[in-house]
Amino acid sequence: MEIPYTISTRPDTGLWNAKIGIWLFLASEVMLFGGLFSAYIFLRIDAAPGTWPHGLLNVPVGTMNTAILILSSVTVVLAWASLKMRRYRAYWWYMLATISCGVIFLTVKLAYEWPQKFEHFGVYIKPDALGKYEKYLGNERRAEKGMEPRIEITGHLHSQNAKEYEVALDPVNADPDNPAMDRPHFFPLPVTDKIATIDKEDVERATMFLPTHSAYFASYFTITGLHGMHVLGGVLVFIYMWLPVSKKLYQRNPEHLANRVEVSGLFWHFVDLIWIFVFPLFYLL
Amino acid sequence: MNNPPDISQDSKEYEEYAHGVQKHVRGYLMVGALLLTFTAITVALSYVDFGTRKANIGIAMLVATLKAGAVAAVFMHLAAEKRLIYRILIFTGFFVLGLFWLTFMAWYDYPIFR
Repeated sequence: MEIPYTISTRPDTGLWNAKIGIWLFLASEVMLFGGLFSAYIFLRIDAAPGTWPHGLLNVPVGTMNTAILILSSVTVVLAWASLKMRRYRAYWWYMLATISCGVIFLTVKLAYEWPQKFEHFGVYIKPDALGKYEKYLGNERRAEKGMEPRIEITGHLHSQNAKEYEVALDPVNADPDNPAMDRPHFFPLPVTDKIATIDKEDVERATMFLPTHSAYFASYFTITGLHGMHVLGGVLVFIYMWLPVSKKLYQRNPEHLANRVEVSGLFWHFVDLIWIFVFPLFYLL
Repeated sequence: MNNPPDISQDSKEYEEYAHGVQKHVRGYLMVGALLLTFTAITVALSYVDFGTRKANIGIAMLVATLKAGAVAAVFMHLAAEKRLIYRILIFTGFFVLGLFWLTFMAWYDYPIFR
């Protein structure tokens, strides 16, 4: 049995069925990401002073990935327009460009950004021991300036024993009284060779930059992980539409393939749209 | 920007149609360039001190909303879509605001730092 209204429009809705289907699906996606964004907002509002980190993500890499997703949104809409103009060769190239952008985005995220975080280490100091680590935190100057206190020492875990952690410090803790460290840098500064020794009895909690590190990283990994799964899903659909099997559909009925590309393109634009909010919220603010 | 009309089987009309789609393509490229520019502006603004962090967040969200609006209006063709799609989106907006409202209400059940 042939599925009705895949190309022609239904008289009562004025739309072909898949278009209504994808918009209803996107509505459910809005609810899914909406729930996570509302959790992010209230976790952030509720964060105690000093517990919501800033400047821990790589801004140039995040900016590049944002540009790649925007570029892929352009190429997918051009792929669709090419089909509408019955230019299959152009469609094929634009679709390949879209797939490549999606793969680059995922590779950067999974092979570079996330592993870099997994190597980083953070130690939250107990409130009554903060004074002992003033030379790494610079809280006296921050208090004078009316800034939030620093309660975490970050860097690379150099070594540890039963009593102490040795941490190769991030520049922000190596030179905490430098006003240049008050705001995040565009290009991330490398870990210094200055080592801090931290007594474990002064530590509230210590962890690599994993979801268990903080509400910030829990939100970051959840939302970017879910977003990444959407990118992967989109890439798989696009690969199917780029393979020779879709050329057969094009030869049989080009408008049918154009409609398929349109609905998968709508999904892809939605994924781009989500990233437009994720990028500033996690990387910049 | 309107969604291009359905393609015609007539060759003359098809030429006109293809020309029409080409105009849309120029629009898509312009919006793409605009989105990239606004991404650079978002990054640059995040290094400007607007006095409070709330002000910085507000401005960044305003730029993000403009970008999202451009994607939705032009790439997703919402600038000229059928009424049923708008109805679906109105319901979605209503329910997502309800979802935020529920989280907001639950927030008051958990007074730790307030």
